[in-house]
Amino acid sequence: MLAFLVQRVSQALLVMFVISVIAFAIQDGLGDPLQEMVGMSVSEEEREAIREELGLNDSMVVQYLRFAGNALQGDLGNSYFFSKPTLEVIAEHLPATLELVIGASLIIIFLSVPIGVYAAIRPQAWLSKFFMGVSTVGISIPVFLTAIVLIQLFSIGVTVTLFPADTGWGQWLNDALSTDGGMPSYGRGDDLTHLFGTWESNFFTAGGLSHLILPSVSLASIMLPLFIRLIRAEMMEVLQSDYIRYARAKGLSAGRVNFLHALKNTMLPVITVGGVQIGIMVAYTILTETVFQWPGVGLMFLEAITRSDIPLIVAYLMVVGLIFVVTNTIVDLIYGLVNPTVKLTGKKA
Amino acid sequence: MKKLVTAFVGSLALATAPAAFSADATKELKMAYDADPVTLDIHEQLSGGILQLSHMTFDPLVRWTKDLGVEPRLAESWERLDDKTVRFKLREGVKFHSGNELTTKDVEFTFNRLKQSQDFKAIFKPFSGINVIDDYTFELVTSEPYPLLLNTATYIFPLDSEFYSGKTEDGKDKDAITKHGSSFASTNLSGTGPYTVTERKQGVRVEFERFDDYWDTESPGNVGKIVMTPIKENNTRVSALLSGGVDFIAPVPPNDLERIRNDKDTQLVTMSGTRIILFHMNQERVEAFKNPKVREAIAYAVNQEGIAAKIMKGFATPAAQMSPAGYQGHNESLTLRFDVAKAQQLMKEAGYEDGFTITMMAPNNRYVNDDKIAQAVAAMLARINIKVDLKTLPKAQYWPEYDNRAADMMMIGWHADTEDSANFYEFLTFCPDAETGSGQYNAGNYCNPEIDALVDKANVETDLDKRAAMLQEVEQRLYDEAAFIPLHWQDLAWASKKNVMIEPVLNVMNFPYLGDLVVK
Repeated sequence: MLAFLVQRVSQALLVMFVISVIAFAIQDGLGDPLQEMVGMSVSEEEREAIREELGLNDSMVVQYLRFAGNALQGDLGNSYFFSKPTLEVIAEHLPATLELVIGASLIIIFLSVPIGVYAAIRPQAWLSKFFMGVSTVGISIPVFLTAIVLIQLFSIGVTVTLFPADTGWGQWLNDALSTDGGMPSYGRGDDLTHLFGTWESNFFTAGGLSHLILPSVSLASIMLPLFIRLIRAEMMEVLQSDYIRYARAKGLSAGRVNFLHALKNTMLPVITVGGVQIGIMVAYTILTETVFQWPGVGLMFLEAITRSDIPLIVAYLMVVGLIFVVTNTIVDLIYGLVNPTVKLTGKKA
Repeated sequence: MKKLVTAFVGSLALATAPAAFSADATKELKMAYDADPVTLDIHEQLSGGILQLSHMTFDPLVRWTKDLGVEPRLAESWERLDDKTVRFKLREGVKFHSGNELTTKDVEFTFNRLKQSQDFKAIFKPFSGINVIDDYTFELVTSEPYPLLLNTATYIFPLDSEFYSGKTEDGKDKDAITKHGSSFASTNLSGTGPYTVTERKQGVRVEFERFDDYWDTESPGNVGKIVMTPIKENNTRVSALLSGGVDFIAPVPPNDLERIRNDKDTQLVTMSGTRIILFHMNQERVEAFKNPKVREAIAYAVNQEGIAAKIMKGFATPAAQMSPAGYQGHNESLTLRFDVAKAQQLMKEAGYEDGFTITMMAPNNRYVNDDKIAQAVAAMLARINIKVDLKTLPKAQYWPEYDNRAADMMMIGWHADTEDSANFYEFLTFCPDAETGSGQYNAGNYCNPEIDALVDKANVETDLDKRAAMLQEVEQRLYDEAAFIPLHWQDLAWASKKNVMIEPVLNVMNFPYLGDLVVK
């Protein structure tokens, strides 16, 4: 266990080192941070003076060594735009992203497991076919399109006048297809509950939750079909295995067989994939956050790029690298708990 | 009397309930812009966002009216004593947010700080100093006769000198202007303006509340609280308005103009802007561009009206010169000259009938539809056998390339900080000179010392009619020589719910005077 953790920590350090080197190497291609800091009519002399102050004129190696020296002491530099330490900026934006990911994950868990299991147990039922059909469509729609459609339907509202309004059925169809809108379409709203530190939560008030719903649904929309299909496929495979047949033959109730014995083994690969996917989801939030102006790290990162806020870009990449390593480590630990036969450190040399 | 009563009510409200709005300012406004102010220090950066903030939380000495005249604000009156001196009379009884009273001491402090500011010092370069006569009288003095003294006075938003003096707890000067890293002035603010900043989360939201002791009791404004949210994504900003999440948005992207016009609850206000979009032809890189005939041919080949109608969806005013209508240099007689046959003829006369190949660069996220405009111009040039190798870049990467003059034709958009024609010439067509900084953005390397001399002469001409004639002559000569290819002035657009009366407070400078905004 300890050896495993040590191995993972050193991996994390290596990952962050590599990321920081790459980020530094490409910073020239990211543009000139001065452009965002001064007006157009500021003279070249003034610009040069600011560059000198910021240390942008030093060679890349000198800049990197200075950065690495500070980084070892936990200081990843100051954001040009926010005029604050980058880690502080990320800490302020991270809760929003995590809440979005939690919201999306809850939707995925509570929908994918029942639907996937149902589709595996009753593969021929029309409802199963319907779900599988929808999930195929869902997987192929890009997340920003989902987001825009959701905003149009539930925030702005649509009035359908396609059917003749003078007939009863036409009016009914028109009404059924029209939506009122009214859901919040941007940001986190005002009803935030302060938890601790920089963490303000959307989960504890009706107003907060209403802001969370559309972004969570659009973020979940990319992963949900994947998980439904994954759970269905795994479950079907498990249901074919000998021990399930044996359990059935023994006369155990269908519920016990399906939900205790089969589901447990179905979840093993799902947890592995899930852990990796949550990491990826943090990255996917960039799109969702942009469309919904959700003030999380994804939006922050995208804006940092347009502003050439290099210290913030480097710090973000390193933090995301860390998140990936940490989630993978946690997944491996949980995996060990669910299936005790898996050894964490693998084969002994 | 009315003033006295309001002042009394105001102080009463202040005494009993500090958060209460003054009697008639009770409406709340939610607005979404594409960006929020980067700092609270209005001298840290010269940008549209900061000027917007300045007008909300401070007041200038004088300000622009809708028709580009100036009206008194904190300066009650002024008179020109001689060619180089203007005497101002300051309004009495004006209070800062901190409770301090405005005097000439504050104006002097602000003036000196502006001369220190990296972004503003260029604008205040013509000024040699400020003479304080008494608490409410002062003179601004320029080193040469300076016709734009009042234009420049629109940039003087007096700061609370007492509030910004001294040291912070960690020993930094409170009046320091810091371009990077936090400073007292970038996080605290005390002005004379209609609003105070009550909460600010950078990149997320800024909250403003009406200042109870605001001096301008004549102002019809009835908005007590403003919540400003930056929404960068065009679609989301428009959706926020259409869904009723916000009351007022800017800018409005051209693709969504119809959507807003068709919505029964919203209104759209558009205005021809003052930002010129143009292409330079680099004579240093391309021999052919030295030939005025070739430049003229390009000017004849480009169809500004087509671009404005098709690409900008009517959201631009086609331009044949740099100065927009209302500017002194605007020359009515200069017309669009799109004529392909004439252009081909000129190429033939210049000896380039078979054309040549050039490179072109444009940003793709700086101006409205910038990359599409560049593509259209490239296609237009193909008709006179100029093959264009076009590259479009995000602005963060574009400007370094621009500084290196990395392509034969490069796009730039320019807004004159002084709202005056001379500013265009100084930055875009003056002979480039690294020493003096003139022609800093002249990526065409076009150089005509005679024209430069004429502009310089106009810059010390305080007879505004004579000056206008000179500037119009400059515009004429640049047109005749086809020094650059003007495309259009980008229009401005704002949208709001119907009950928000934005039209009267909007202006072509794009800083709505929100202090005077009425919400029904």
